[in-house]
Amino acid sequence: MKTGAKILIEGLQHEGVETIFGYPGGVVLPVYDELYNSDLQHILVRHEQAAAHAADGYARASGRVGVCLATSGPGACNLVTGIATAYMDSVPMVAITGQVPTNLLGNDAFQESDITGITLPITKHNYLVKRTEDLGHVVREAFYIAGTGRQGPVLIDLPKDVSTGEIEYEYPENEPVTLRGYQPTVRGHARQIEKAVDMLLEAERPLIYAGGGVIASNASAELVELSERLSVPVTCTLMGLGGIPCDHPLSLGMLGMHGTQYANYAVTESDLLIAIGARFDDRVTGKLDTFAPHARIIHIDIDPAEIGKNKKVDVPIVGDVKAVLQEMITRIRKEPRYQRWNARIQAWKEKYPLQYRSDGVLRPQYVVQKLSELLDGEGTIVSEVGQNQMWTAQYFCFKKPRTWITSGGLGTMGYGFPASIGAYFARPDQPVFDIAGDGSFQMTIQELGTVAQYNIPVKIAILNNRFLGMVRQWQELFYDRRYSYTELPPVDFVKIANAYGVEGMRVEAVEDVVPALKAALDCNGPYVMDFRIEREENVFPMVPAGAAINEMIGGHMQ
Amino acid sequence: MKSHTLSVLVENKAGVLSRVTGLFSRRGFNIESLAVGTCEEPGTSRITIVCFADDAKIEQVIKQLNKLIDVIKVSDITDIERVERELALIKVNAEPGSSRAEIMQIASIFRAQIIDVGTRSLVLMLTGDTEKIDAMEKLLRQYGVRELVRTGRIAVIRGAKTVKSSK
Repeated sequence: MKTGAKILIEGLQHEGVETIFGYPGGVVLPVYDELYNSDLQHILVRHEQAAAHAADGYARASGRVGVCLATSGPGACNLVTGIATAYMDSVPMVAITGQVPTNLLGNDAFQESDITGITLPITKHNYLVKRTEDLGHVVREAFYIAGTGRQGPVLIDLPKDVSTGEIEYEYPENEPVTLRGYQPTVRGHARQIEKAVDMLLEAERPLIYAGGGVIASNASAELVELSERLSVPVTCTLMGLGGIPCDHPLSLGMLGMHGTQYANYAVTESDLLIAIGARFDDRVTGKLDTFAPHARIIHIDIDPAEIGKNKKVDVPIVGDVKAVLQEMITRIRKEPRYQRWNARIQAWKEKYPLQYRSDGVLRPQYVVQKLSELLDGEGTIVSEVGQNQMWTAQYFCFKKPRTWITSGGLGTMGYGFPASIGAYFARPDQPVFDIAGDGSFQMTIQELGTVAQYNIPVKIAILNNRFLGMVRQWQELFYDRRYSYTELPPVDFVKIANAYGVEGMRVEAVEDVVPALKAALDCNGPYVMDFRIEREENVFPMVPAGAAINEMIGGHMQ
Repeated sequence: MKSHTLSVLVENKAGVLSRVTGLFSRRGFNIESLAVGTCEEPGTSRITIVCFADDAKIEQVIKQLNKLIDVIKVSDITDIERVERELALIKVNAEPGSSRAEIMQIASIFRAQIIDVGTRSLVLMLTGDTEKIDAMEKLLRQYGVRELVRTGRIAVIRGAKTVKSSK
């Protein structure tokens, strides 16, 4: 006989789970008791939100399903932001929550919340398990659903009596999960692929617009190959960075609201846009009618609902990005081309580079650039949300997939620090940096306790401007500098770090930046760098909300 | 914009209806009518949804419905030859005397059945398309409709073709 808790833990081990992130509580006591016997590694966070973000960071860095665990009621509710973050960025995750016993369900019992109801719109699927007999296959289904198709979070809600109930159960070893309502399309339609290739060969100014789907489907090599075979330039979304090395001659960096000018100009002038694992988000397209106005559009995505959702598409291809790109590559039998188009893009690159002032003032772009030089494509870079995120996206040179971890869709402040904890456990041999703002960092600052407890060598680089910088930037540009509730009082982050037993350094001068980064790298444990940056530095260039993406402001310096 | 009739085959599991309706409200799609019940395949239910939307929106509705794990098959049968019916129960004031006779006449013209007779009221059961039920309700209004209950529309494709699981 096995208890539900044992079936759960065994199920996790069968799925290859090694590390989970969680926080105990009343109704998950049976699960925690079982964990105590198992060789699963459990990381105790300081707030359940961090458990969800850590599982998410783990998943993005490793490509495997991340797992978090919380108790019922407040514990489950605290996971919500983390689950929504994972949902918006299609991150494979299984969230396990305790629940009050089945006989109390719906009774407003102590620490009861309807977490399956609450997470209905932010999970790919969720389960309230009512019988111990169902738990075994629910766990298998949850991992299967989370990790296949368009990936996403799945929640399992586990009433206490289900985890204490005892039944005979053996894990079905070689029995695949089948769900009649869930059969994702992996291979693209052959005729559509043929059509796409023909269109590509006919085009004069094609451009690849690569999104997070390239990373999720581990298709970077295919993306680069397709791009190189015909010399098609590539621009990436925030989520797609790392899909092609940033210093590749055909890479245009990021497009969209804070993209490079040359990427946005290329979109506007292209005659064929190949969207790969991207979803025409408003932060990318700006005003939709003027996005790629001269281009025919090929859209490759595993989720049919994304195709044609925002923009009309000429050739839709539903399928796994990797499989579709492989198929496309085998059909290309022509020489590199588009020389005039690439020459035009090269001219834009030279005329409109990303730039910032170097005048002896400590500026955030410099910090990111120096870190990028120091790591030279190695390491895992995680960010918070806001200016810190955009500066990192612009100035860090990502050379490999899964080395850039950020909350794109939901834009969750406080994501980065706990996600970097997860990223560390996914790739412990790589240095992990969280590029933070002083606002974001204070949203999950309590995780200093976690990194101190387990000596997790995450390096936090706070770009401290004592503002909620991105909101302040909008107030400066669009609200007549009325800084309504965006100024933060100074905080001595090094002292806080020290109080937790974490080392740190405050940096106020440009010449101290590199030594601080090196000190952080050399430190065996976690490390906090408090960079006191120019307070009113802006992220430029910028497309004002609702404008066309070629109407950028702040791109050139006088 | 037009009315679309969707026939949705779903797993007969707890919460499936709230997944479906939640999706409609969350994405701003309006449901005109909804009917649900178990069907010929064990463990499944069929939902008939009538939804007023333009073509792009209905395409999004169908794609989003298909993404639900518990949804087995979605068919838009709007442009397919089909039969569509709705059932209504109408409780109408019927004082003994001439009005009661008139109501019974209206019922027979519409082929409605009288399924309950009270001293001062009648309950009529009517099946038909939406227009027919609307027309009868309009006629009965002068006597005083005390309560009107409608099932929502259900539909099947004419002939041997079916809406089966093969998603």
